[in-house]
Amino acid sequence: MVPLPNNDIDTDQIIPARYLKVTDKNGLGAACFSDWRYNSDGSPKPEFPLNQPQYQGAAVLIGGHNFGCGSSREHAPWALVGAGFKAVVSTYFADIFNGNALKNGLLPIVVDAETHQQLISLSSEDPNAEVSVNLEDQTLTLPDGRAVKFPVDPFSRYCLLNGVDQLGFLFGLDSTINQYEQANPARVMTSA
Amino acid sequence: MSTQVSSSSPRTLFDKVWSNHIVRPQTPDTPAVLYIDLHLVHEVTSPQAFSVLRERGLKVRRPDRTMATMDHSTPTTPRNAEGIIPVTDAMASAQLDVMRKNCADFGIPLYDLGTAKQGIVHVIGPEQGFTQPGMTIVCGDSHTSTHGAFGALAFGIGTSEVSHVLATQCLLQNRPQTMAVRVDGRLRAGVTAKDIILAIIAKIGVGGGTGYVFEYMGEAIRALSMEGRMTICNMSIEGGARAGMVAPDDITFNYVAGRPAAPKGADWDQAVAAWRTLPTDEGATFDNEVVLDANTLTPMITYGTNPGMGMAINANVPDPDKLSDVSQKMALDKALKYMALQPGQKLLGKPVDVVFIGSCTNSRITDLREAAKFIQGRKVADNVRVMVVPGSQLVKVQAEAEGLDKIFREAGAEWREAGCSMCIAMNGDQLQPGQYAVSTSNRNFEGRQGKGGRTFLASPLTAAATAVTGVITDPREMVN
Ligand code: SF4
Repeated sequence: MVPLPNNDIDTDQIIPARYLKVTDKNGLGAACFSDWRYNSDGSPKPEFPLNQPQYQGAAVLIGGHNFGCGSSREHAPWALVGAGFKAVVSTYFADIFNGNALKNGLLPIVVDAETHQQLISLSSEDPNAEVSVNLEDQTLTLPDGRAVKFPVDPFSRYCLLNGVDQLGFLFGLDSTINQYEQANPARVMTSA
Repeated sequence: MSTQVSSSSPRTLFDKVWSNHIVRPQTPDTPAVLYIDLHLVHEVTSPQAFSVLRERGLKVRRPDRTMATMDHSTPTTPRNAEGIIPVTDAMASAQLDVMRKNCADFGIPLYDLGTAKQGIVHVIGPEQGFTQPGMTIVCGDSHTSTHGAFGALAFGIGTSEVSHVLATQCLLQNRPQTMAVRVDGRLRAGVTAKDIILAIIAKIGVGGGTGYVFEYMGEAIRALSMEGRMTICNMSIEGGARAGMVAPDDITFNYVAGRPAAPKGADWDQAVAAWRTLPTDEGATFDNEVVLDANTLTPMITYGTNPGMGMAINANVPDPDKLSDVSQKMALDKALKYMALQPGQKLLGKPVDVVFIGSCTNSRITDLREAAKFIQGRKVADNVRVMVVPGSQLVKVQAEAEGLDKIFREAGAEWREAGCSMCIAMNGDQLQPGQYAVSTSNRNFEGRQGKGGRTFLASPLTAAATAVTGVITDPREMVN
């Protein structure tokens, strides 16, 4: 667990726009939190948690309230996943980030304010403190053994647990989509 | 429409547009399958989506409901002697080539860099008449909320979802909640649509609208032009709402009428008749409500590092020590440190380095007219670089026909090519570390306009007044 308890962490911080000129989604881990993590000469800022030796290898990021606001860039979860994260914990997430994260196997875990505070203290005081996450049961287990339930969109949970691909699911509805299109002809044609 | 759920209970604008686009209803286990009428595509958030289609051998289901432009990573530097806008950044250039290839291979109309109708995606959609009331519109871009000004349900999506819409013209969506955002009264002189939305976001915070679709209503909203309504809907996402909508009325219909993609003849009459049924029914209920009084509104400005950190332009920067919530205090501390501002200080009179007039929030013809009218007969202050960036090539041509470019240039401002420019600073237009800018764009996040750059968000009028004085200026003080 690594604490980064700033409120309203926006996707421009998670990955600044100048890294968005790529056409691939891999290899963005190094750009994750780039402006908070590195000095202008490229050297790491020692005070930034992600640079500290005790937090290397952390898979759970404890963010502040309203994590992931701002731009819709899916590069944000790509960068977090690239940096080794499997889950982010907050009291609530911005809508678009939340959906993007779930589509990339990065779990946005919403907890109550008290648990959130506890996790911030815990991860700040003891870098080796571990939590375990169970998506099947939707529980987050704290080092003291307390298990906290967290909500997950049921369909996203189903897809993650069963390896179901959402595009494949939609593609399977082809005939229903055809029916809709027949009943609702287009008013606007972009190619006219 | 045959899919319309017939119901006698009063419904909101959102309810109507949502239910008209249900391909398969939401169940406890699966989200609704929502049909998308119009898909806008740009170079930054689409390459990986096209890669998915290629990997799976899929085609674009409805290229005729899709359009693409180049705006984010494109330079806005003036054309060279051959009339070409040179792209010097190799990565940006490669990304633009990928967009060209994807559009050619998949049959999608492309508004290429340097062509007559190119521009910021949220400016050209409405400009071409693609954006119409009652539609569902998406784009891999959070400011897709702009199009809600027409009474469309329009929202930003991620790149995975871009691939879903390209391949199936549908999205999996859970039904959001609705919030009525009522702005009563009338704006006073010098106060604009931008000030309304900055005031709303300052009131609810950047997360206040999370999970909601806003419907803006009330006397002050009804009095706005389409451009003003677009400015407001544009920044819905800065309040956390994925979409914001305004009920269509005669102002909407007059704006759409005659545009290239607008219905013509009998189709037009039929369309307008259908659009007139869209506004929220009397007695329909919302899940939440927020109210603002336009009468008491002043020009607004942000002082911090998110759009919710905004205040009346003549107010003092708030003091973190007066906040009881620890995390809020920490956030404000951090923001003021980044902005190099002191608690209690006034922003009026503070020197700035750059004034940026542009972005999908405020780069339409009315915005440029407003700024030009203010600047006419005056000079840009020596200490500021003033960039005026039209939202589209058509806005640029129109402005030039009206002589606005001349006004800006003679005053000492830069008149540039269309694009996102310094709103996102991934195209060469950017602040230097430590510089201050008054910007008409929508985001003042750390580094958004260039690493280490510091942004004050404000209206085009405030930007124009600041351009002339070189210090943050209340435009009302300069109108006589
Ligand atoms: S102008 Fe700014 S906010 Fe608008 S689409 Fe471009 S980058 Fe995004």
